[in-house]
Amino acid sequence: MEEKRHTSSHYEKELQEIKNGLIYLGALTEKAIHAAMKSLSERNSDVAHEVIQADDEIDGLDTELEEKCIQILALRQPTAIDLRFITTAIKITGHLERIGDMAANIAEKALLLIEEPQLKPYIDLPRMTDLVAGMIRDSLDSFIRKDLHMAQKVQQTEQVIDDLNEQIFRELLTFMMEDSKSIHRSLMIMQVSKNLERIADHAKGIADMVTYMVTGECVRHQTYPLDEKEPA
Amino acid sequence: MDSNTIIQLSHVNFYYDQSRALTDISMGFMKNKVTALIGPSGCGKSTLLRLLNRMNDLIDGTRVEGEILFEDKNIYAQDVDPVEIRRKIGMVFQKPNPFPKTIYNNIAYGPKLTSTNHNDLDMLVEQSLKQAVLWDEVKDILNKSAMNLSGGQQQRLCIARALAMRPDILLMDEPTSALDPISTAKIEELIEELKKEYTIIIVTHNMQQAARISDETAFFYIGNLVEYNKTEKIFTKPDMKHTEDYITGRFG
Repeated sequence: MEEKRHTSSHYEKELQEIKNGLIYLGALTEKAIHAAMKSLSERNSDVAHEVIQADDEIDGLDTELEEKCIQILALRQPTAIDLRFITTAIKITGHLERIGDMAANIAEKALLLIEEPQLKPYIDLPRMTDLVAGMIRDSLDSFIRKDLHMAQKVQQTEQVIDDLNEQIFRELLTFMMEDSKSIHRSLMIMQVSKNLERIADHAKGIADMVTYMVTGECVRHQTYPLDEKEPA
Repeated sequence: MDSNTIIQLSHVNFYYDQSRALTDISMGFMKNKVTALIGPSGCGKSTLLRLLNRMNDLIDGTRVEGEILFEDKNIYAQDVDPVEIRRKIGMVFQKPNPFPKTIYNNIAYGPKLTSTNHNDLDMLVEQSLKQAVLWDEVKDILNKSAMNLSGGQQQRLCIARALAMRPDILLMDEPTSALDPISTAKIEELIEELKKEYTIIIVTHNMQQAARISDETAFFYIGNLVEYNKTEKIFTKPDMKHTEDYITGRFG
């Protein structure tokens, strides 16, 4: 059902600004993750440095959005859906800020890995990257559209990422057992994978907050077993 | 009516001449709780409040249908004395309305009229003023006119005056709308204390006030009870879209 507009158009505008800010922040983090993976797979240190620098903008936007939310809490004293929207927005901006940090972490690992010969072709990591970037996009879309179905899809995809991370971990373990010279690089790649897995956790955190915003129910700390078929 | 309910409305309709102001209201008010009645102007919340102690009887051309049970009896039954109902169900109004008498006599006036035992009047005045958290401010000027008190003090005096009749229920019709924020905070603090002994039903236009002080909230719209639930539920996740639109300030 379409939301009616507030009697106060200023209030309406303030809420819209927060929505727009979150969409923009989400787009920045998504771009950062793709760029971080590109820096790794294409062994491009310039791109890695750009990702690390771009994190400052993400941090700045996070602070700005959080301040706007706090101002609305103090000055508008929101209730019901507005209250749930603002508390959700505060949490989402925090999640996105952490995602930005993790993209920068991946870029830092890429800089180290570029210094050494490539251990193996990267196949699963780019796949994971596409999936987690899609999770961020879907989680924010579910926020804007108040779409529980889309939020649920994100919650379920987190399990796919966990499984991929587990698989990469096992694969790298065999590399390390076979050749001790691969240990350093394997550990770096494991950390890249772990960062992607943590990003998926944050995207799920956003989807959980969307569920709260729409239903008023707290679903954090719940796990979502995969359906028979993997989400499209 | 369960034991936690002090007053129960069943299918109450109320008319001012031909026009219906309340439509089929059924709800129970809980003992020792603060219940807030909210809704836009003209939604019937003050009408409902005044129904609870038969204040609407004083308006010509009004008519009540349905039943309001208090102490197992319909308060609109033929043999019920409205004055006795108003003693048990006290009321505090929007604007402080002290009598043009001394502070002492404002409190003592009602008990003097309704009781023959005047021995304990001093104690009753002191107790009532203490309950209304006004005693320390007025104990040395009890024989001064109540009209000299500030608006906030006058309103607490009116609450003390209502308490002196030892009511079971206290009805409050926007009791702080004419007061400054400090006086408002004092009254709100007082309401929190009073609910230990009394049941309080308050009409307020101030949504934050309803959220701050009440345990239960009822939302009315054009004479209908739209939603009645725990206050934290109403203000975080109301069941009805209409309630949500109203409390978040969206166009009606």
